Amino acid sequence: MSGDNIFTGLVEEHDGDARWAFGTGFTDALAGVDTTLPEGVDGADLALYCQMLGDDALVQAQRLVDWVTDAPELEEEVALANIALDLLGQARLLLARAGQADGTGRDEDAFAYRRAPREFRNVHLAEAPRGDFARAVVTLLVLSSHRLALFTRLADSADPVVAAIAAKGVNELAYHREYAVSWALRLGDGTPYSHERAAEAVADVWPLTGELFAAHPVESRLAARGAAVDPADVREEVHTVLTRVLTEATLPAPGPFPEGTVAGREGRHTAELAPLLEELQRVAREHPEATW
Amino acid sequence: MTVTQEAPPGADDAFQADFDAKIAADRRIEPRDWMPEAYRRSLVRQVSQHAHSEIIGMQPEGDWIASAPSLRRKAILLAKVQDEAGHGLYLYAAAETLGVDRADLTARLIEGRQKYSSIFNYPSLTFADVGVIGWLVDGAAICNQVPLCRSSFGPYARAMVRICKEESFHQRQGYELLLRMMEGTEGQRAMVQDAVDRWWWPSLMMFGPPDADSPNTARSMAWRIKRDTNDDLRQKFVDMSVPQAEKLGVTLPDPELAWNAERGHYDFGEPDWVEFKQVVSGAGPKNAERIARRRAAHEKGAWVREAATAYAAKRAARAQNTTDTQEATA
Repeated sequence: MSGDNIFTGLVEEHDGDARWAFGTGFTDALAGVDTTLPEGVDGADLALYCQMLGDDALVQAQRLVDWVTDAPELEEEVALANIALDLLGQARLLLARAGQADGTGRDEDAFAYRRAPREFRNVHLAEAPRGDFARAVVTLLVLSSHRLALFTRLADSADPVVAAIAAKGVNELAYHREYAVSWALRLGDGTPYSHERAAEAVADVWPLTGELFAAHPVESRLAARGAAVDPADVREEVHTVLTRVLTEATLPAPGPFPEGTVAGREGRHTAELAPLLEELQRVAREHPEATW
Repeated sequence: MTVTQEAPPGADDAFQADFDAKIAADRRIEPRDWMPEAYRRSLVRQVSQHAHSEIIGMQPEGDWIASAPSLRRKAILLAKVQDEAGHGLYLYAAAETLGVDRADLTARLIEGRQKYSSIFNYPSLTFADVGVIGWLVDGAAICNQVPLCRSSFGPYARAMVRICKEESFHQRQGYELLLRMMEGTEGQRAMVQDAVDRWWWPSLMMFGPPDADSPNTARSMAWRIKRDTNDDLRQKFVDMSVPQAEKLGVTLPDPELAWNAERGHYDFGEPDWVEFKQVVSGAGPKNAERIARRRAAHEKGAWVREAATAYAAKRAARAQNTTDTQEATA
């Protein structure tokens, strides 16, 4: 066939694996990182903390995947898929760390596929309904600003694995926030209709923000050991960022964050989470003995 | 708008001679070069249908991202579907160098005025389909596309180089999933065989009708925008797939499949060309749904695109005002 050898392309080793999405299984993102539990850090606490951060990312990624083949432009499908991939990568490492820290040796899939909704530790905003594109943008703006503020500090965590995951995640999250900001500006300061949609999205999302800054006892204990960040510590920074973006986007300032209480971090969820997990876990649960 | 160079009166013959010489010498035609109108039209059709195929092709596998049974498989599948969107984008960009507009091509797709690869009008029923699509459908696409890396049209050829590299990666991943599933439970092996049974014949149809019924082949080959005939490529694909199926431990659903030592190729049965024509003409199991989904996304997103346009215009106006003010106060 005109001298083309298809086999060559298939069997040769590809040296370009670095350009493949993080976490597709060809490189070890934690190579060389000491996985010993740091002194004074309780393994059970660290495992729960890793689930909190991991579940936020996993559940948010699961929501974002819905936009692939359903976004306003192909470029948005590529961008949102990319963000979901980053979050999925973070979730996998954090859940694997949870299984090391609690001594059970459970892997990422044991956490993702074999826990019940009440065992998930994500905040309610991550599981909230997808809504329209404005809702997706505002949710991403809030969650990425919050997570970026956390990860920037967690890069100095006393737990070397959490520190490595956070250091890697900072660049990813900075991009997620930049993407959300660019769309918040376009929608807020675009047409009267898009302004209205964006303002409505802010009004819908804002009541869910209080929970992001409420400290669970696990977070407080680990923060005292230098392994976690007390979420209350990032409250002001995140508020400043969001206020600046919303003002620039000509959207009404939503005021201070509401007072929130710990809910998702305790495993108490809205009715939205169970069907989301049902879809995520369906095939794995139908074939409990299978390997993939 | 056309980017083809305008010929002065009476100069067409000289341009045509130059074009013919380039084709004969296997050199590339670039967007600013003169080209016959029929060559340009034929390429627009080929490249835009290819772009549409990438975009519609996101759906059968995209349906499984949310339910992928491990996080690693979820990441692999999401990255793959994202690559397909990327391929669509390069190909629309290559088509735009021929003087067409992406928005117009999108309209042709969602109004059903332009076709895409009919393989994507079949449903993906189980997670094994993800592996079989990677192995057979991407495998067939690679057979079709590797020769196009030497298409006479430069932008298309260059887009194909990158696309083929990514497609071969996808094929490896699909095949690797199937190997893993075949080592798994009885239920998993049955899923794989069922998926192979459903996708084998449609994969053979991806090479198009038999050469005797392919009216455009001769001209496209003369122009070197197609490099091999449909039947040659189909044979190549069968020869490549049989040993892979044996290694996997699945049976290809063709009783006529047998090695022919005299020809040095596998003999194989005839695909159902009646079904092929039905699917191409829009009566496949999923044609309406695939187009409806893309159209719904486009229509729902109209207000978002309008907002982006309005915002860009406001920013441009503000930048202009700033410049005017600076000049007035200078």
